Amino acid sequence: MTSAPQPLVRIRNLEVAFQAGAKTVHALNGVNLEVGRGEAVALIGESGSGKSVTLRALMRLHPPRRTRIRGEMQVDGRDVLAMSPRELAAMRGPVVSMVFQEPLLALDPVYTVGRQIEEMVRRHTGKTAAQARAQALSLFERVRIPSPERRLQAYPHEMSGGMRQRAMIALALSCNPKVLLADEPTTALDATVQIQILLLLRELQRELGLSIVFVTHDIGAAAEIADRVAVMYGGRIVEQGTVADLLRAPRHPYTQALLKGRAHGAMRKGQRLETIPGAPPDLAALPPGCSFAPRCGLAQPRCQAAVPSIEPVAPGHEVRCIRVAETQ
Amino acid sequence: MSALIETARAAHGDVGGPAQPLLSVRGLVKHFPLKRDPLSRKRGGNAVRAVDGVDFDVKKGETLGVVGESGCGKSTTARLVMQLIAQDRGELVFDGMAVGSRALALREFRRQTQMVFQDSYSSLNPRMTIEDSVAFGPLVHGTPRNDAIAVARGLLGRVGLEPQRFAGRYPHELSGGQRQRVNIARALALHPRLVILDEAVSALDKSVEAQVLNLLLDLKDDFGLTYMFISHDLNVVRYISDRVMVMYLGEVVELGSVDQVFDAPRHPYTQALLRSMPSMEPGQRTESAPLSGDPPNPIDPPSGCRFHTRCAQARAVCAQQAPDLARQSDGHAVRCLIHQPDSGYAASGALA
Repeated sequence: MTSAPQPLVRIRNLEVAFQAGAKTVHALNGVNLEVGRGEAVALIGESGSGKSVTLRALMRLHPPRRTRIRGEMQVDGRDVLAMSPRELAAMRGPVVSMVFQEPLLALDPVYTVGRQIEEMVRRHTGKTAAQARAQALSLFERVRIPSPERRLQAYPHEMSGGMRQRAMIALALSCNPKVLLADEPTTALDATVQIQILLLLRELQRELGLSIVFVTHDIGAAAEIADRVAVMYGGRIVEQGTVADLLRAPRHPYTQALLKGRAHGAMRKGQRLETIPGAPPDLAALPPGCSFAPRCGLAQPRCQAAVPSIEPVAPGHEVRCIRVAETQ
Repeated sequence: MSALIETARAAHGDVGGPAQPLLSVRGLVKHFPLKRDPLSRKRGGNAVRAVDGVDFDVKKGETLGVVGESGCGKSTTARLVMQLIAQDRGELVFDGMAVGSRALALREFRRQTQMVFQDSYSSLNPRMTIEDSVAFGPLVHGTPRNDAIAVARGLLGRVGLEPQRFAGRYPHELSGGQRQRVNIARALALHPRLVILDEAVSALDKSVEAQVLNLLLDLKDDFGLTYMFISHDLNVVRYISDRVMVMYLGEVVELGSVDQVFDAPRHPYTQALLRSMPSMEPGQRTESAPLSGDPPNPIDPPSGCRFHTRCAQARAVCAQQAPDLARQSDGHAVRCLIHQPDSGYAASGALA
């Protein structure tokens, strides 16, 4: 998709582990991801696959005392892991910002939405109150909130779910970030509102040249928004490629099973869904080797010997499976 | 196991024969009154008109899918059918007998109708083992303890949780998919005839969702069940349902077979809802949103047709005249003036 020499986001061998009592939860086990300027990448996977952890690690939102992060993370050429708290605060907002699944929890309930945007603008750009107010208004127009002057005076609980998510996006855009991280922003919304938000994000990506990392468990939402898709399982990316590659010619057994297990329109009545047996792995006790092997129909003893490396099968399409030659 | 299924089928006691609907819902209304705002000058209390005149039948042995946006009244309808809350108006007739009448006491109706909720964790008692949770219903309905435990263990095995390994566990020791299996087993413990599944698979991961959907299909065949399946996931509803009911702001706007509703939707709302589903074809992405804005507030629904404020085909008459749910010759019912020949829609001018 992008041939820019320097990707905007570059993650190398990222490992994140959380200390939970006596257990260590290995949430990410070597994630490599690059996001180009103006590119939209979707991370898809089930709960516990590490997609949200990747996003939060990129903004260093995990509690530092219980979290161990190893590897490399660069945003716009700067090393995120080496940043001081002051540098981090300067990065969050103007360089990288985030939209969460539940805006009602992410927005402050005791301030109006307009005031929250103004505060963010003034904190990061040093504009006057009047300038910040004008910018909040133009942001609300940008995300197409009807009667924006009035809505700026609203408290989060006074808005509907779709409107709140638009306000959250306006807040995230308030300092002209280069990268927008979106953590399941449409999961809690109705289908009719979800498509509106997806279209809005696509428009912002195109018009502002924004890079978007979009986390979802819904392949349909990913297909609507992403240029590239990375499928995560057990804290690793097991397959990545363009949306067309992934949907039309998936090569990892997990991606294939995920697509087959979807109920879709073309199914015969009473036809059974193909299911993946078992459940996702326990991140505190990951199996050795390929973490999907215990549920995989193609698994062999050698799958459990060592973690397979991710290998290209076509330009821009990579798969982490030692039996990839047999999955076509 | 087969003995379990035999008792279940025997316990059914079909009354009206296969042609009589298992459940008929007529004129169901539920308004939730709002607290009066002490500063408001408006007189009289407002109410959330959650369910506002809903009629439908659930046929024996079918799966009726219910879809609609949040706030359209699908869950309130489910709770009313289950009689977890009392309706303001309207009646429920279960296999020819009015619910709550002398022919069918509420207690007996509740035995025959069971429900599975979305949140698998909060619907189980955290201080009871799953075996006790499943056995609880039969115990309350007078089954001796040993028999109730035997039923529970049989059902746990049937939903894919080996009793030797799982019976003594507590809800927090299970995964979401396993807990939802427990909830399904519990719903079946009293040999119900109607099972209401309210977003029962919505919180599960896709790979687990597929397992539970397959299980539901198997159980329906084995136990001769009838399902009312509520979900916002249109793909899943299409997959599992025989007939589909579409709700909007407390009303049924379209009701028909799954093919009628999904392949040839007639109500403009259903058409827009279906077009809102993400396209799985990267070459043919959705370019404009089929509906703008959020659903209106059910406290003060629009006049006339409730959908006219968001409908691309609305005309002046739509704001004045409320359409009826008109059943057409092919059994496909639609609440829209376009489909009512004498409605004046064709002659009406543009919406002001």
